[in-house]
Amino acid sequence: MICMMQSQRMFAALSVAGLVMFAAAPFLIAQAPYESTMGLIQKIFYFHVPGWIVMFLAVFIAGIASAIHLFRNKPAADRLALAAAELAVVFGLIGLVTGPLWAIKAWGVWWQWEPRLTMSLILELIMCAYLLLRRYGGPGSDKLAAGVAIFAMANVPFVYLSVNIWRTIHPATSVVPQLAGSAPGMFGPFVWCAVAFLVLFTVMMAARTRLEAQRAHVERLHLALEER
Amino acid sequence: MNGVMRAATILILALAMLAPAAAAAALAHGAQPQPAQEEFIPIDELPPGDQMPAAPLLIAAYAIVWAVVFGYLWSIWRRLSAVEREMQDLSRRADAEDEGT
Repeated sequence: MICMMQSQRMFAALSVAGLVMFAAAPFLIAQAPYESTMGLIQKIFYFHVPGWIVMFLAVFIAGIASAIHLFRNKPAADRLALAAAELAVVFGLIGLVTGPLWAIKAWGVWWQWEPRLTMSLILELIMCAYLLLRRYGGPGSDKLAAGVAIFAMANVPFVYLSVNIWRTIHPATSVVPQLAGSAPGMFGPFVWCAVAFLVLFTVMMAARTRLEAQRAHVERLHLALEER
Repeated sequence: MNGVMRAATILILALAMLAPAAAAAALAHGAQPQPAQEEFIPIDELPPGDQMPAAPLLIAAYAIVWAVVFGYLWSIWRRLSAVEREMQDLSRRADAEDEGT
């Protein structure tokens, strides 16, 4: 009981922290210096990159939890995988929407069929396939979907490194690691936004996993009532 | 909840159906020779009529992020409320059956 109350307090504190950080982010971003070639539009970076960081994290959680469910048959891991997969689609959608809005100004086109963008879209579609499989796959779909999530996780390093392997219009992975040195004024707001996204992700994961746990409980109650 | 799932499914299926068409268009675009350009014009040197304003795009991007995040939080809250209501109903039914026996 005490443990449950503590976790509820922790959840409430994290929710408030996440929302405050998220609400304060635009003010910090407004204070950040302009990038010399792109100007104002570059400020999409502060939500675009953290969105993808969280998306990749969610895919990794979904993949690892799916592997645990597949090989150890743990329903709790399966619930975690489902929650993470749904969040991967949500944050992937943020990345896929903010990217073209940045690209149309910076590149002059909404979309380029270059490796990073194409592979990101494929990753998003794989995670959508996972959710469709869970929703309409019928009995046993949890195991099939677990395989899909593992392949999605295997796809992440290729998406991340694609910009270094095939040099295209998309910036390379060196931009973010070098940000503290090359543009210290941008580094602070970027870290703030990244932490805000991670806190929000943690809150959403906790709520979504709780939803799956409650659903499992309802299913058990239904079965218990039918057996009477 | 079902309405949200149905809308998401329709969106995903529409995306899946559009993907081959987009790929074909991209291939066709790649096959056609591009007209030769006379010279390179930096984007900030374009005439004002050809330049796209950054502010509406930036505002749209942030608005969409906020809408997606809060829309998703709202959807979780609704689904959790529905499941908790169902749990209460089931507990009440179980209690009623216990009293009946």
